[in-house]
Amino acid sequence: MIINHPILGPRDAAEFVYKGDASLINRPDPQSDNAAERFYEYGYLRDNPAGLHRELWFHEQGDRSWLVVTRDTTTHEITKVELARDVARAEGRSR
Amino acid sequence: MTGKNRLNGGLIDRSTSFGFTFDGVRYSGCAGDTLASALLANGVRLMGRSFKYHRPRGPMTSGSEEPNAIVELRSGARKEPNTRATTAELFDGLVANSQNRWPSLKWDAMAINDLFSPFLTAGFYYKTFMWPKAFWEKLYEPIIRRAAGLGSLGHDPDPDSYDKGFLHCDLLIIGAGPAGLAAALTAGESGARVILADEDFVLGGRLIADTGMLADEDGAAWAAETVARLNSMPNVRVMSRSTVIGAFDHGIYGMVERVSDHLPEPAPGKPRQILWRVYSKRAILAGGATERPIVFENNDRPGIMLASAMRAYANRWAVSTGSAVAVFTNNDDGHRTAADLVSKGVKTTVIDTRPDAPDTADYETLAGASVTNTQGRLGLTAIEVTLSSGTTRSLTIDGLGVSGGWNPNVHLTCHQRGRPQWDEKLAAFIPGGTLPSGLSVAGAASGAFSTHAALQTGQAAAVQALGDLGVKSSTPDLPTAEDAPIRVTPFWHVAGAKRAWVDQQNDVTAKDIKLAHQENFRSVEHLKRYTTLGMATDQGKTSNIAGLAIMADVAGKQIPEVGTTIFRPPYTPVAMGVLAGRSRDKTFRPVRKTPSHYWAEEQGAVFVEVGMWMRAQWFPQPGETHWRQSVDREVLQTRKSVGVCDCTTLGKIDVQGTDAAEFLNKVYANGFAKLPVGKTRYGLMLREDGIAMDDGTAARLADDHFVVTTTTANAVPVYRHMEFVRQCLFPDMDVQLISTTEAWAQYAVAGPNSRKLLQKIVDPEFDISNDGFPFMACGEITVCGGLRARLFRISFSGELAFEIAVPTRYGDALMRRLMEEGKEFDVVPYGLEALGVMRIEKGHAAGNELNGTTTANNLGMGRMVSKAKDSIGSKLSERPGLNEADALKLVGLKPVNSDDKVVAGAHLMTKGTPVDAAHDQGYITSACFSPNLGCHIGLGYLKSGDTRIGEIVRLVSPLTGVDHEVEVVSAHFVDPEGERLRA
Amino acid sequence: MHDLSPLTPLGNAEPSMETIGEVTLTEVTDVALASVAARLGREEDTRAALKKVIGADAPETSRHAGSTLRAFWTGPDQWMVEAPLETHEDLAKMLSNEIGAAASITEQTDAWCRFDLVGRDLFRALELLCAADTADWSGGEVQRCSIEHLGCFVLCRDPSTISILGPRSAAGSLHHALVTACHAAF
Repeated sequence: MIINHPILGPRDAAEFVYKGDASLINRPDPQSDNAAERFYEYGYLRDNPAGLHRELWFHEQGDRSWLVVTRDTTTHEITKVELARDVARAEGRSR
Repeated sequence: MTGKNRLNGGLIDRSTSFGFTFDGVRYSGCAGDTLASALLANGVRLMGRSFKYHRPRGPMTSGSEEPNAIVELRSGARKEPNTRATTAELFDGLVANSQNRWPSLKWDAMAINDLFSPFLTAGFYYKTFMWPKAFWEKLYEPIIRRAAGLGSLGHDPDPDSYDKGFLHCDLLIIGAGPAGLAAALTAGESGARVILADEDFVLGGRLIADTGMLADEDGAAWAAETVARLNSMPNVRVMSRSTVIGAFDHGIYGMVERVSDHLPEPAPGKPRQILWRVYSKRAILAGGATERPIVFENNDRPGIMLASAMRAYANRWAVSTGSAVAVFTNNDDGHRTAADLVSKGVKTTVIDTRPDAPDTADYETLAGASVTNTQGRLGLTAIEVTLSSGTTRSLTIDGLGVSGGWNPNVHLTCHQRGRPQWDEKLAAFIPGGTLPSGLSVAGAASGAFSTHAALQTGQAAAVQALGDLGVKSSTPDLPTAEDAPIRVTPFWHVAGAKRAWVDQQNDVTAKDIKLAHQENFRSVEHLKRYTTLGMATDQGKTSNIAGLAIMADVAGKQIPEVGTTIFRPPYTPVAMGVLAGRSRDKTFRPVRKTPSHYWAEEQGAVFVEVGMWMRAQWFPQPGETHWRQSVDREVLQTRKSVGVCDCTTLGKIDVQGTDAAEFLNKVYANGFAKLPVGKTRYGLMLREDGIAMDDGTAARLADDHFVVTTTTANAVPVYRHMEFVRQCLFPDMDVQLISTTEAWAQYAVAGPNSRKLLQKIVDPEFDISNDGFPFMACGEITVCGGLRARLFRISFSGELAFEIAVPTRYGDALMRRLMEEGKEFDVVPYGLEALGVMRIEKGHAAGNELNGTTTANNLGMGRMVSKAKDSIGSKLSERPGLNEADALKLVGLKPVNSDDKVVAGAHLMTKGTPVDAAHDQGYITSACFSPNLGCHIGLGYLKSGDTRIGEIVRLVSPLTGVDHEVEVVSAHFVDPEGERLRA
Repeated sequence: MHDLSPLTPLGNAEPSMETIGEVTLTEVTDVALASVAARLGREEDTRAALKKVIGADAPETSRHAGSTLRAFWTGPDQWMVEAPLETHEDLAKMLSNEIGAAASITEQTDAWCRFDLVGRDLFRALELLCAADTADWSGGEVQRCSIEHLGCFVLCRDPSTISILGPRSAAGSLHHALVTACHAAF
């Protein structure tokens, strides 16, 4: 596969390491009332869609950026590639 | 002359004669010959035996689709079985042998299988070797293994080398026939980056096998001129002998270039083959079409081949495939073969299944007739023809060309989700469904069979592809060419034929397919696997369609209703060596050497691979005959005086930024915010699920600067994890991470005299006394008169110890200096084994204990997981299931009888309980002989282990016969109070 | 002055050099390296400071620039600075003084081995080594990629001079791969 890196352009997927569902960005607030339940869901429950899937890839043999890649699991078509850091900020993560 | 069957003309170089042997007999051929064409020129048409029935076989084709002429090439270590004589390029001195026969090709004992053929039908193996069960391993499997397979491997290592490489282009054109050449010319003249690849060693496709004219020029001459023109374009890379074997995602193609297969052996330093990974923006498949046979009784004798192959042998290789021949056809293309042969002076008869077959004065045509049987044990001598009147006629001939129409080579279009579609007019499958992204198809591969159509569709595909890329095409003028209509009347098999071969390589007959259907294997995928149709090395290129047609016939269906099986990579067989590339033997993967490597080699160190690192395991001294002697000595001497160990392999990550401390608070379970500058702290890193991931130390060099260490094995994953935490979880923390493992040579200097030794090299302005540089101190110093260094007072061995780091290039010199200066203390270098012994004696956890199933609680570090702050893994480590009262706890184990061994992997059982999983109490993670305690010791996890100190438990390993008593003790066998390391 | 003698990444006292066909392959050991990673919110300050250091605009993505001191791009807001070792043995400290707290500086001199290829049509060897599309590089490009399973930087100084930086501990394997590729290509 080719991942169109937002900074570097098209790169072979072999340069990347796959992590998994991009929902891993949404780490729960450990202070929340139901933190234990939410961490359990965060840690163990994943959707397994036949179709579009947002997932985390690390450009290990490149610029060391984590990316959020939107990929169709049935065709491997990649429709969107974003810097995970931008996504994390957009989803409200900070420090 | 190079053979009695040579005709005039052809694309061979008669001035270059090549001598070669086949089954030990010497022959000669010409440059430009294949092994098959050279053998045919010499009158040899028996080239192999079939897989199951050992039927005599000769070449059926003139290309890579060949099912029959499968031979062993070369000898010795370069011997290569199962190669196709039809594509093997002749060179001087080539040694080839037939295979799957004994004692000789002409007298093959296993041909007796042919007599038993009524029993060897489809599913024979499944039905016969079922019972009794005990026979399978001892009797059936050895017999099948001996009988199975075609050629034999050479048993020496492959002496050739193989490369892998990467190519980039705007447009990859697969196939250099008329369509591919027209596409390449168009794209090349438009300035695009083009790769034109073809599996053959002469480019031109059918242009070099046929006699058609392009404008007023011979087709082969036009092809040669066009290739020369393309070669002169700097933006075009013409690659012959290069087979595109697979279409992968997003425009990536696999291609094998046979760099040296046409040479006796590769030139020095040159690879035999290269596996190219081609990155293309667009690709055009112009792979042509393959003629398909008609199935009739005894259709597999040497001398029977595809009509197009006969034509190619005559036109390209100037080889006559018979003195009197016939062509059996259901379409007009068969007549083209007849015309070419007649023009070469070969007496030819055409048997055309169509009642309205075209008639000509040049040769006799039997319209509405079919071939109903053949004769000739080792080669065709006669055929029986059933005429339209129903009467039979015998023809004495030694060559029969068969043409059942043409199949577009759709293979690459199926490598992802494409599914071929049936085209009624062509009576063939054409590319269909979703093609690999960026791929289009032109020429015969798309069903455009005439030369004119090939040229035009090739150009159009190039214009379209470049248009997609925003490149405006020039459209060079293409020559006029034949544009004959396709006239084919489907005719797959002669009615009533039984011992009629569908798949000649796997010996699948028409009868087998009918039997499979009768036994209810009706899905085309089941048919394939039950009969093995299309599962040989040729992947059924010439056989699949006839199999489908017969299946459709017996099922009373149409071919498109039956469907087709899917083609998968590789397009043609690929040598294992080229898939490995250079990654084999000593260069299987890179070797990482520590800074003291060369010095350690001089000391005669025994090395062990740890990940990619070569680490000294121990340093044998004269007189030591067993590794334990070396290791025991290294341990005792270190604990008695001082030892030095290269610990450079530990991962080192530079963590800087105003939020560096806060960041470490997140990634380590314990706290780092309050660690003072100049101090080091042990850190335990958890996964988010609460399982221990790694451990190490973090040294605070400045308020905003830490250096953290990881275990050797986890250096890369920990860095990746930390970047994940930084970029994805806490994107607004000001922290920067740089891996700096390689920049520093780092040595552990351990033992009661370690400070004294270091004081001899650390420059005097730095105070490393216990007060000036206490336990867990760190700092930047200089050594040996001004070399920058880092010093950490940390201890894995449990002794007074330091780790000292200098820029890597000085690592070798520093080790030599430490050894020199340490002579007065009888300093020893110690290796990985002694390191392991000392850390077990001290009860320090390592990879064996951090094994991916254990928590901080198991490690006895539960209280280290700070409740005062959030860190990765802290929440899920609170789960009740991980904190039950009888949770495993790390303990030490010591044998009751001091001669007994403690074995890693052995399990712990309470005395008096049964030895079974239900009563399991834990297991040993690490074990060694402790020279300090004089017995074996171990670390392990034991249920409620922290409350069972002093208990005697059973150590069992039923697999290795271990069963004895051990005492549960503190994991800290040596210096449990930690007085030594604070000394 | 200390009295310890350095070893080259290949383990010799002097850097190695060989000629394969018309291409020379040289082990380069006289260059100091330090990485510069901008602190959060200090990206422009870092660029400005870097510009002063190298005498050119801080290189953009996948580029390198400078003269005596050069910088090449390694990642978002991250660069590697190269300087003559003889005059800049303690390059990291010098950069820290110049750039101050705007960036995190890490000494990298001995983290890497470097091999320079000099000759014509170097892409023919490189295409056997890495996925970088180097055929039309004209000078100034840099790409991090995998060579022989090792994370390496490939820098094009000019079309006939390519530098390859790889992990120092695997210098022998990287060197072997480069020599092998040159023999195969030239």
